[in-house]
This record gives sequence, C-alpha cells and structure tokens, in this order.
Amino acid sequence: MKKNNSVGIVEQKSVVFGENGDDPFILESGKKLQPLTLLYETYGELNEKKNNAILVIHALTGNAHAAGRHTQSDKKTGWWDDMIGPGKTFDTDKYFILCSNCIGGCSGSIGPRSINPKTNKRYNMDFPIFTITDMVRAQYKLMQYLTIDKWLAIVGGSMGGMQALQWAVDYPDSSVSIIAIATASSLSPQAIAFDWVGREAIMSDPNWNNGNYEDIIPEKGLATARMLAHITYLSDKSMDIKFGRRMGNSETNSKNFTKNFQVESYLAYQGQRFVERFDANSYLYITRAMDFFDLSNKTNGDLASALSSSESKFLLISFTSDWLFSPEESKKIVHALRRNNTDVVYCNIESNCGHDAFLIESETISPLISDFINCRYKEEKDVK
Amino acid sequence: MSNKLGQSQFRSDLFKIYELIPKETKVLDLGCGDGTLLNLLIKGKNVKGTGIEISQENIFKCVKNDVPVVHGNLNDGLQEFQDMAFDIVILSRTLQSVYRPDQLLTEMTRIGKTVIVSFINFGFITNRYQLMFHGKMPMTKTLPDFWYNTQNIHLGTIKDFQQLCCKLNIKITNKIPLGNKVIPLAKIWPNMFSSTCVFTLTSQ
Repeated sequence: MKKNNSVGIVEQKSVVFGENGDDPFILESGKKLQPLTLLYETYGELNEKKNNAILVIHALTGNAHAAGRHTQSDKKTGWWDDMIGPGKTFDTDKYFILCSNCIGGCSGSIGPRSINPKTNKRYNMDFPIFTITDMVRAQYKLMQYLTIDKWLAIVGGSMGGMQALQWAVDYPDSSVSIIAIATASSLSPQAIAFDWVGREAIMSDPNWNNGNYEDIIPEKGLATARMLAHITYLSDKSMDIKFGRRMGNSETNSKNFTKNFQVESYLAYQGQRFVERFDANSYLYITRAMDFFDLSNKTNGDLASALSSSESKFLLISFTSDWLFSPEESKKIVHALRRNNTDVVYCNIESNCGHDAFLIESETISPLISDFINCRYKEEKDVK
Repeated sequence: MSNKLGQSQFRSDLFKIYELIPKETKVLDLGCGDGTLLNLLIKGKNVKGTGIEISQENIFKCVKNDVPVVHGNLNDGLQEFQDMAFDIVILSRTLQSVYRPDQLLTEMTRIGKTVIVSFINFGFITNRYQLMFHGKMPMTKTLPDFWYNTQNIHLGTIKDFQQLCCKLNIKITNKIPLGNKVIPLAKIWPNMFSSTCVFTLTSQ
C-alpha cells in the first residue's frame, strides 16, 4: 500500500433536483424537499463498463470531502484520505469513488440552514424530519443522475454503515458488496440516551432560540453535545493511555473548576473545533435520524427477513473496545445474513480506540477491505 | 485440484475430508484456519462454504483466499444456527481444544446433516511409548507442544471418542483411521496405530 499517494486537489460538485418544480423529493414522512441540492466529490475514473464504482458514506459529522485537498494551502485532507488514493485501499487507479454529503447536513447538501423557497428564510426547525432511508434515497438519485447501474461496493462506518445496510434493504440489487464498519442494525438505547442529552444541551442553550439563530449560534450547547458524544467515541483504555490523570499545566497546584486535567482540555478543544464546522440544527436532525433507524422496522423486527432480498456479499467489521456500536450489534447482522445464506465476512478487530477505531485503525483494516473488494472486482470482470 | 491437495504440506486428514464432501453441498468449517480447505471446496467442488475462525490473522488470510468467514469462538456455542442448516459441518483436529467437546458435538449434529470430525488419537503407539518409557507427556508431529502450553485440553483416544458418541446418541457412519507409514496396521488396530482418525457422524 502506497501511503503517501494523494488524489491531490479535488473539486466539490453539486446537483440540484426538482429546481423547475418537477421531480420533487418525497421523504418517508410524505413531506417534500424541493429543490434537493446534493453536494458530492468523486475520485478516480468511472470505467467503460461502469463496474468499478464505489460509494463511500460518511458518518454523523462527516461530509463529502473524503480525500485530497480543496486548495494547495489546505492543512487538512479529506476524512478518509489514508484509505482513498492511488495504490491505497480504495485505489483510485482502479476504482471510481463517490462520496456525497447526507441530506440534512451542513456541508453543501440541503439541510436546516438552507433557504426554504416558500419563505425565503432558513428552514431551521421547519425542515422536515428525515430518516436514514431518506439519506439513502437521495444517494440513489445521485446514482441515477451519474448513470451508474450498480456499485461495486457501498462502504460506510457508524452512521455511514447504517446507510450502507439500508441500501441493502431498499435497493437489494444495487451493489455487488456492502462493507459496514462499526455499525448496527438499530441504535441501542444507550446511544439514544446519549443523543437525547446532547440535543438537550443544544436546545437549552438560550442562543439556540428554537432553532432561529443567525450570527450568534448556540455555541455552548453544541460544544457540550460534542464533548459528550466524543466521550462515547473513545474507550476507558484509550483515555487512560492518552491522558491518564495528567494535569493540563504546571500551575494547577490550586484545585478549582477550570480545566485541571488534560482530558478536560482535550474535550473542550474538541467541542470548540466542532462548533466552528458544524451546525446545531443539523446535529439535532441527524442524531434524530439515527435514533429512529431500525433496519427491521418494516419486517416486524425480523432482521433476516429485512435483508433477505439482498444480492450483495457483505463485509462487517467491529472493534473490540467499541461500546457505542458494540461487536454484539455487528454479530446480530451477521447472524441474520447467515440465516439467509448470504455470503458474509465478519471480523472483530482488536483495538483500544473505541468507536473512533473505524477512522483510526485504517492501516489495520486496510488489507481486509482491499482484498475483499479486489475479489469482488475480479468476479465482476470475469462475469462480464 | 487434487494435485494441490496431494502436496505434503496439506494435512492428510484435510485431504481425506476433501474427498468425503460431495459436490454442491452447503458446508460449515469450524475453526477453518486460513481457509485453505474451504477455498478448495468452493473452487473444486462448487460448495456453498463458510467458516468460523477465532484468529484475526487467519480471518485476513481467509479474505485473501476469498472465503466467507465469521470471527467467532467455538466455546460460545452455535446457537445462532438453525437445525440442519448445513449439509456438512467440519471440525478438523480441533475438538480436543474446546472447553466442552461433548456439547460441541451435540450442537454440530443439530445443525449439520452430516458431521465430519478428524480426531487426534492420544492412544497412538508413539504417544503410549513416550508415556510408558519416558514417563512424560508425549510430543509428536501431531502433538508438537509442551504439556503446559498446549491448546489441547481434552485429549482422548479413538475408543474414548466412540464411547462419547454412543453416550450422546450420535451415530458413527464412517470411520477412516489415518496412519503414517504403517497404514495397514492403522486399519487393523486404529486405536493403537492411527495418529488421527476421520469420522463421519449423524444424529440418531
């Protein structure tokens, strides 16, 4: 694996559906989103047979910028840059990779901060409730727009994994393979509880103002929600290794309520950075979509029957120390797939990094994913 | 295919198991290692194969071999599988290292129409010789580890295995004792001259 190879400078693309009053995007709730703006990025070239397309789906606070840089001076690369590029796991010399910003987000696709054409004001809390299924349906629209008939793989971690699985249920013949990392078939009550507290923090910030804020944003509430969530992305062991009980600075002989411990400074920093890049209303809507996610809600809780039409082969990856999306959640999906006689690979990767492992342990999971996709690609080439 | 199987590094019991499995069957290999056997079965006999494996490293190798495999520990049981979910369930030279061989055997015959077990025979003459004349736990090609670091916690003889099957109401439908250079003797007196024995079993 050539690690230094980058896709280089990438451009953001966007498409608007239903701009002229036709082709409205109807949500699961029956409400309309019109026009529907989707922002996306692509890397590599779609081949003539169009059998090398991979859909990469971001997690809760991610975006379409998965690899490369937007300008030379960008300090940071896309969120999965160590996986996407020439010679990397998602080899852009071989595959065509697409990543789009999910609906309801705040990074270019339509979301609560977009302008409602009916009122010419921001949607804010008038934005309709949407689901993981709606996110997938928006991606499906993009797939049709790009005239891709079938994905070679749909891959995502955490909320991205939920969408990858939802694809398998809603469009069972749309992908050769599904790669779902550190995810679940429904959100656990514990995770719902954390989401609730996070949203409470935002909504009790006076600056939130029922979602109608402009320049003064509910900074405090959103940062608190992020700090809380960030704890759930780590593990006790990773926190112990990273911070221990170390103090932030040497002047902390005086015990008080400021940031005495390193772990406190770290969380405050994460909270602050998050406020600069993410919108509070988007956070409310997307976490709610995750709460309501249940792959088997149309099959009376029968997961196997929900997945029974899928023609894909599956790769599921969990991490031993992930307590937010625990290995048990992945095993439930594996059992359902096996019951259906669906080909499935499952690996529970040894890691201390908690839920964050799905981004941190790239090097570890890389051969697993690249070998899996490579086998699928060979099959496709042999068939056609 | 059989040329590759005939190579010396491929264990003789796996070769025998490969021969025993009919084409186009649904196969579960418990403790499938790097997936070599399943890969050959999938490609050579067009079986619908899948494995369970405990080691992360081996799972990576399985994926390279394009073998569907699930990370799992046989000691956790096979509850997730429905009755008679597979035509064939394989357990090769692993029974001696699980916590409860009796429970695993019962489970295997529940989920598989046919069960194939290759069993390490502690009653093999070399083992008896070493224990008798050296007074020490045997160390052989089949049992290469010391008594204190071996994974083998439930060693038994062919006779022990047969008695267990009888007790569990498991029917032995085929018994293929494997020997080294003394094959005729292995067939005549397996419990003495066969180092490994392949059994096919069904629930009664």
